[in-house]
Amino acid sequence: MMKASVSRRSMRVRRAHSAAMITLTLIAALLATLPLLLILALLLKQGAGAVNWAFFTAMPKPVGEAGGGMANAMAGTVMLIGIASLIGLPAGIGAGLYLAEHRGERVASIVRFLSDVLNGLPSIVIGIFAWQFLVRPVRHFSALAGGIALGVMMIPLVTRTTEEMVRLVPDALREAALALGFPRWRTSLTVVLRTALPGIVTGALVAVARIAGETAPLLFTAFGNQFWSTSLAQPVSALPLQIFTYAISPYDEWHVLAWAGALVLLALVLVISLLAKFATRSRFARGSD
Amino acid sequence: MSSTPLHGASVGDRIYRVATTAFALSIPLLLVLLSAEVAAAAWPALKTFGFSFLTSSRWDAVAGEFGAAPAIYGTIVSSVLALLVATPLAIGVAIFLSEFAPSWLRQPVAFLVDLLAAIPSVVYGLWGIFVLVPLLREHVMPLLADRLHLGGTPFFSGPAYGPSMLAAGLILAIMVLPYISAVTREVLMAVPRSQREAALALGATRWEMIRGAVLPYASSGILGGVILGLGRALGETMAVTMVIGNRHEISASLFAPGYTMASLIANEFSEATNDLHLSSLMAVGAVLLAVTLSVNVLARWLVWRVQRQGR
Amino acid sequence: MAATEPRAPLTSVRVGVAEPAGATATSAEPIVSVRALDAYFGAHRAVRDASLDFLDGHVTAIIGPSGCGKSTLLRCLNRMHETVPTARTEGEVLLEGKDIYTRGVNPIEVRKRIGMVFQRPTPFPTMSIRDNVVAGFRAAGRSAPSRREQDGIAEWALRRAALWDEVKDRLSESATALSGGQQQRLCIARALATKPRVLLLDEPTASLDPLSTQKVEELVYELRGDVTVVIVTHNMQQAARVSDRTAFMLLGELVEMAPTSRLFTSPADERTEAYITGRFG
Repeated sequence: MMKASVSRRSMRVRRAHSAAMITLTLIAALLATLPLLLILALLLKQGAGAVNWAFFTAMPKPVGEAGGGMANAMAGTVMLIGIASLIGLPAGIGAGLYLAEHRGERVASIVRFLSDVLNGLPSIVIGIFAWQFLVRPVRHFSALAGGIALGVMMIPLVTRTTEEMVRLVPDALREAALALGFPRWRTSLTVVLRTALPGIVTGALVAVARIAGETAPLLFTAFGNQFWSTSLAQPVSALPLQIFTYAISPYDEWHVLAWAGALVLLALVLVISLLAKFATRSRFARGSD
Repeated sequence: MSSTPLHGASVGDRIYRVATTAFALSIPLLLVLLSAEVAAAAWPALKTFGFSFLTSSRWDAVAGEFGAAPAIYGTIVSSVLALLVATPLAIGVAIFLSEFAPSWLRQPVAFLVDLLAAIPSVVYGLWGIFVLVPLLREHVMPLLADRLHLGGTPFFSGPAYGPSMLAAGLILAIMVLPYISAVTREVLMAVPRSQREAALALGATRWEMIRGAVLPYASSGILGGVILGLGRALGETMAVTMVIGNRHEISASLFAPGYTMASLIANEFSEATNDLHLSSLMAVGAVLLAVTLSVNVLARWLVWRVQRQGR
Repeated sequence: MAATEPRAPLTSVRVGVAEPAGATATSAEPIVSVRALDAYFGAHRAVRDASLDFLDGHVTAIIGPSGCGKSTLLRCLNRMHETVPTARTEGEVLLEGKDIYTRGVNPIEVRKRIGMVFQRPTPFPTMSIRDNVVAGFRAAGRSAPSRREQDGIAEWALRRAALWDEVKDRLSESATALSGGQQQRLCIARALATKPRVLLLDEPTASLDPLSTQKVEELVYELRGDVTVVIVTHNMQQAARVSDRTAFMLLGELVEMAPTSRLFTSPADERTEAYITGRFG
């Protein structure tokens, strides 16, 4: 692919060209990280002032009044994450176990592929699906519908990490349990899943971090609520929803709260992501076989 | 122990098998249910307007006329713009990280780029409203139109509102960059060592090795990553809704406000005035679903092909 | 022809069992009998028409070059063979006279009676040393002994596996902290804890250093009389050291089975002779 005849004379030029291109990739790396740093810096500057005790404990104030907090939105986010986890974790872990135990089978590879497809669907589409399926028939928005929409988004994420982590558990361990007279189900749950647990926890945290910031699936399901609500059947607020409402409002007081909310939301997401990243990985992450 | 008989079935095993199979099959089931529900809800609008739903620019809730052409156009233009900006950057980052970065720099930079994917869409939107849009209106748009004399071209003409296709494209570029770069990095790592060594042994410089031996080998995988990024961009909702200006118009100018399918749904769904309006929004959702499904299938196939080659 | 042979040496073995030192079993009835067994992986027939008896309280070694089907034969004895996708068997394996491959037999019950230890140590990494030893009772369900009883059993099994003195002060620590040789003896203790009648050892020392190997061999020697041991090994010296009887397999076929001393000194089949004199394999 290289022309040997040209190589000697133009070596210096080619070296310079190579160095220039390498520098360009470095610049690309700097450019790519720049927005992140800008956003983080601005969030701290604009939001930090409004993040105080009241922000976490107080309810929103009416339009035009300064102060107030997002206590209801935070409670709503916790509730939605809870519902989503109740759906997404068992379904994802169960499906992941299935994929790991039936590797190489046709049904498994179809499910694996469709799981990736589900993961790639726009969250707004999942939102209108949840509305059509869960809100429209009962004619009112609800926390339950919002949680289920987020749970559906969690399933493919948890499925894939569970499968990957379970695959890292050496087959020898599964055999040892079977040879001791463990039934298959007990082998899978008390030996295989238990051994892969740290990795699965990491995957679950990553999934929670991802859905914690989701807004689109909640727009027509959880809908938002200016008041305190912990009822599954009632609309409920969430941090991202509240940030959206405040950000597109014309009021400066609300803009301040939007920044504060964004700072808290991002902190939440980052803390969960970091927990996931540094959570002790499975002892078998390096693969002993 | 030998007093107990050898015989006996394991009920637990049967329950376990049924449960994991059911959970696994819930994924295809969900997809079928989702597609069916959205398609059924979209049917009245599609039946009423037929093919013109895709081509008409008229979106009038009062008159009961709905055409999704501006939203479809806006979705495509903003996504393509995003890819044009993000792809070279993402490939650059991936090459830097997998080939050139000193090891002390590799981890932190990779971590920061990955963090871009962790920032919630609504936070990007907030930043877009208060930083990106004013920046575009005050500085970038005047610079492009007047200083660079591009105002004469249709792409950079008209008043600088701020909320615009350009703003949407740029914010999408930032958002899809980590996805493209992550896939590209994976694909680059799947290129066998022998490919690189062969090129270096022929006397190639480091860049020539990338250019001549690594990139061609990885190209269809990188394309897969770009298409995966396209899938993300097409369906991205909140940030785009907050900066695109939300106007039902097709304009060649990137300075003009527009609409995307996702932002149209986000904006009008809860205020839909009648059943036909609602069904039309569902039809937009169905189009979006169909487009993202095919884009995703294509992307997964491309990535899968390269990774299989590498093994 | 090899398939029909085993019954013939049976009588001679009954005479011969007194020969190896330490062999206490006087009433050597077969506890496990294999009859015309074929084992397959997909279309590949890994064990061909094998018939042989394993005598109660004896140590039987199965030797042969790698790929000869000796591990597969071993895994057929406690129905572990079928846990591999596409694997299946034909023929009979009688445990105390009952065919374990009869319809309706629960492989879990078979495995509770026939313990197994693998080539690589497989302690459960999430369990303590103590919990590893009594892990077999987790499968027992309602009939599991109480915690106190389990502590006693754990000590008994660890002593039996000659590991007690090394781990008695750290029973609640993770089993992964042990050395490879200790882990393997832990696995033997785990297999012994539920008091199986038969213990299958699949190249138990292949991944161990010489000192640990020696300890495991001594242990196997000690078990003779209480437990029926079947040990698969590629190491002929090991087979000669620990076993009462030895079976030689080649290309999936059982070539010959005889008292160990006789098999190594005057093999009946020329292929056995070729193998033990190092002419192939």
